[in-house]
Amino acid sequence: MSAETTPAAAVNDASLYDVDNPAPVIEAPRKRTKKTPKATRTNFEMYGWLFMRLSGIVLVVLVLGHLLIQLVLDGGVSKIGFAFVAGRWASPFWQAWDLIMLWLAMLHGANGLRTVINDYAERDNTRFWLKMLLYTATVFTVLLGTLVIFTFDPNIR
Amino acid sequence: MPAGTLYRGREGMWSWVAHRVTGVLIFFFLFVHVLDTALVRVSPEAYDDVVATYKTPIVNLMEYGLVAAILFHALNGLRVIAVDFWSKGPRYQKQMLWTVVGVWVVLMAGAFYPVLQHTLRTLFGS
Repeated sequence: MSAETTPAAAVNDASLYDVDNPAPVIEAPRKRTKKTPKATRTNFEMYGWLFMRLSGIVLVVLVLGHLLIQLVLDGGVSKIGFAFVAGRWASPFWQAWDLIMLWLAMLHGANGLRTVINDYAERDNTRFWLKMLLYTATVFTVLLGTLVIFTFDPNIR
Repeated sequence: MPAGTLYRGREGMWSWVAHRVTGVLIFFFLFVHVLDTALVRVSPEAYDDVVATYKTPIVNLMEYGLVAAILFHALNGLRVIAVDFWSKGPRYQKQMLWTVVGVWVVLMAGAFYPVLQHTLRTLFGS
């Protein structure tokens, strides 16, 4: 902030100032200074917004395909069992499908719930701990699901 | 209700509310679903036992509800993308919502028998 002030009457009188006697600089009201927090200067929320839309498009295909196979085609839920899972995960294509779907759906859902928590939990402490719970559950679920897909053994017995 | 979460009403707000509610429900199901699928690493019997609950009439009906939630969230999500990225999106947001609802009704009608056939067969014979 500039410490100098100028009498209002003199402001319009440009002839008062020259190279040796410059007019006082008026700092922009929201100029970024060294005190401006760094955390607010990333585009995290913009990338989050973009991720929701991009992952959403991919998830429409992956999830609706998954529902079609599991719940609609070939007798609906009747056919599901260990043997059915073993048959599907014998193919790297369906393993990759499920892995990508798991990661995208969990991150998409976690970011959605983060938004909901930020909207409704008004106390700082409540908000913080709800999000810690959310992040813990998300990391746990993603890692567990990934482990299961990669270590699946059709001959477990 | 915290301030600023209920505003203006009509199609724009209610589709947003429905998107939130379905999104949260789907996320909770996803969490449970990864846990139940993880039972394939325990034993085939443990997995088949939990899948047996998915085949009971009440849970089968809940699966139809899950399909309803996912279909709405997916179709309305595409509408949100159109509103955000298509230059005429905001102008047609209402028409797009009613299109979403129409497609949703058709798909739900089509999914009724395939999804619930297990229960229909058990309850009313083949």
